[in-house]
Amino acid sequence: MSILLTKETRVICQGFTGSQGTFHSEQAIQYGTRMVGGVTPGKGGQIHLGLPVFNTVKDAVRDTGAEASVIYVPAPFCKDSILEAAFAGIKLIVCITEGIPTLDMLDVKVKCDELGVRLIGPNCPGVITPGQSKIGIMPGNIHKPGKVGIVSRSGTLTYEAVKQTTDFGFGQSSCVGIGGDPIPGSNFIDILALFEKDDQTEAIVMIGEIGGTAEEEAASYIKNNVSKPVVSYIAGVTAPAGKRMGHAGAIISGGKGTAAEKFASLQDAGVTTVKSLADIGKAIKQVTGW
Amino acid sequence: MNLHEYQAKQLFAEYGLPVSKGFAVDNAEDAAAAADKLGGSKWVVKAQVHAGGRGKAGGVKLVSSKEEIKAFAEKWLGKNLVTYQTDANGQPVSKILVETCTDIAKELYLGAVVDRSSRRIVFMASTEGGVEIEKVAEESPEKILRAVIDPLCGAQPFQARELAFQLGLNDVQVKQFTQLFLGLAKLFADLDLALLEINPLVITAEGNLHCLDGKINIDGNAMFRQPKLRAMHDPSQDDEREARAAKWELNYVALDGNIGCMVNGAGLAMGTMDIVQLHGGRPANFLDVGGGATKERVTEAFKIILSDTNVKAVLINIFGGIVRCNMIAEGIIGAVAEVGVTVPVVVRLEGNNAELGRKVLGDSGLNIIAASSLTDAAEKVVAAAGGVK
Repeated sequence: MSILLTKETRVICQGFTGSQGTFHSEQAIQYGTRMVGGVTPGKGGQIHLGLPVFNTVKDAVRDTGAEASVIYVPAPFCKDSILEAAFAGIKLIVCITEGIPTLDMLDVKVKCDELGVRLIGPNCPGVITPGQSKIGIMPGNIHKPGKVGIVSRSGTLTYEAVKQTTDFGFGQSSCVGIGGDPIPGSNFIDILALFEKDDQTEAIVMIGEIGGTAEEEAASYIKNNVSKPVVSYIAGVTAPAGKRMGHAGAIISGGKGTAAEKFASLQDAGVTTVKSLADIGKAIKQVTGW
Repeated sequence: MNLHEYQAKQLFAEYGLPVSKGFAVDNAEDAAAAADKLGGSKWVVKAQVHAGGRGKAGGVKLVSSKEEIKAFAEKWLGKNLVTYQTDANGQPVSKILVETCTDIAKELYLGAVVDRSSRRIVFMASTEGGVEIEKVAEESPEKILRAVIDPLCGAQPFQARELAFQLGLNDVQVKQFTQLFLGLAKLFADLDLALLEINPLVITAEGNLHCLDGKINIDGNAMFRQPKLRAMHDPSQDDEREARAAKWELNYVALDGNIGCMVNGAGLAMGTMDIVQLHGGRPANFLDVGGGATKERVTEAFKIILSDTNVKAVLINIFGGIVRCNMIAEGIIGAVAEVGVTVPVVVRLEGNNAELGRKVLGDSGLNIIAASSLTDAAEKVVAAAGGVK
């Protein structure tokens, strides 16, 4: 099995006919994702990339049976798009867009939780189940079906971990980018719980970064709930306090959210940590004996 | 984005909160004239910079003559104020706030942030006003009272009363506090704030609540729908190189090392700094060049990195996901030639067409060192910058 996504999952794209939506939907179709259509208000009835375009998510769900949606619409409209998908009955929403106002996310998160919707992102690369389906902007070709589950706040750091686990021959069960924003739709714990239950996942890589306390909370969760080996890397040991390091959520404020604190919590929880991001693959080999 | 104290107080006043009457001025004559307009015989003058700790640094003064006001204005306007929150150069002072004087009976603290763990706006209040709240949180966390705002209901009067009674306020003050709390909650939501602080919130000698200071930080992601706040932006308070980078949609943060870093992706950019340090070097900056990494962006990124004269070598670390590495290599070569880079440049390309990219770099005849892996890149750039320090 895998988590969140299989080759059977019916996926639509919101912002389908825009440049991002078009480019990444084409890539997804090539990879094997079961894209069943897209939504662009006002363009309903058209055909794009050989798939039907709908005016509303409700129409798309009714006509295609879509279960998942990927969102590429500009940040000012994302709250509306996420809520539209959630109220239309979509159960997995992946929001790639960066720059959504934090207060929008507070409302969105409450409603998604209430409606039982799994939201991944925003400001993330998406979700991939290698060899089956991908929703998002990650390069499919570096992945390999396998047994390591990867969860990360950073896109390019995920790719590094993917490359190393592919090169060592382990492959990945699923990779989830939870995104670099202060209020993510899903946090480490949500994804760790899915990996723990997933038979295909035999080891987990968790990539964190400075800012907030999500890694500390994950450490305490791992200690009590995760039986599989976990390897972790935290970016930003060299980051100065009070400066936002690219991601909206990557900031040490009031002395909280340092990499040192996160490393310490994870080590305390029995997680194998690496100080160099080049050592992730090697650490998995050591800890699993593969 | 941060606001100045005088701007925060303007917003407080618009939301019906009690603030001192005052004028923000940019020359000594206007400062003295402000005292005339305010009347009275005692005033407070405050240097306006985006940093705390102004009082201890001499940037806030109680004065009782117009000569003193003028002297204060002349001392600070056009100069930099260095506090424990600024860097060694300090922040430029281009405005002075001249205010009426308030007699203080007691200092409280009131603030609000978006709390990431609970995913709620959380208000914090304390009887320990006028000092650093982080210190209070560490030393006596029980002295910080909290009210969690429900995103769908919004702030409610009972929450204000709960805080007010715990703060030991009297009946009149509880009513004042409730107005203040609800006003601030509305301001927070209307204006997309990330942080709000009134430290101190004072009880005056007459027994009334009064906002003596004001700190506001706005969510950068929400600026598109806050045109009024955009107009309040003071670029003089921003780091020059960071502002220049932002114009090109590059994320740049200056550090104090000598190895310039150019990376795609924020996480990988931090990871690259970390690996440089792990191999004995010191990163000069954080720079996320973004997914595109085109010649134009790489050129601009080079110019910004090299404007830091400490930089002795540059490490470019690109994970070509969907973009092809040979295209990126062409961009780097074009940029190196155009900018006239004289320091050694180590390049690590990984991902799509990486081998072809490395070959293109090797054949360029420029001073570009191609690295075979991340570790190799870190070792090579540390050596190129003069070895382990």
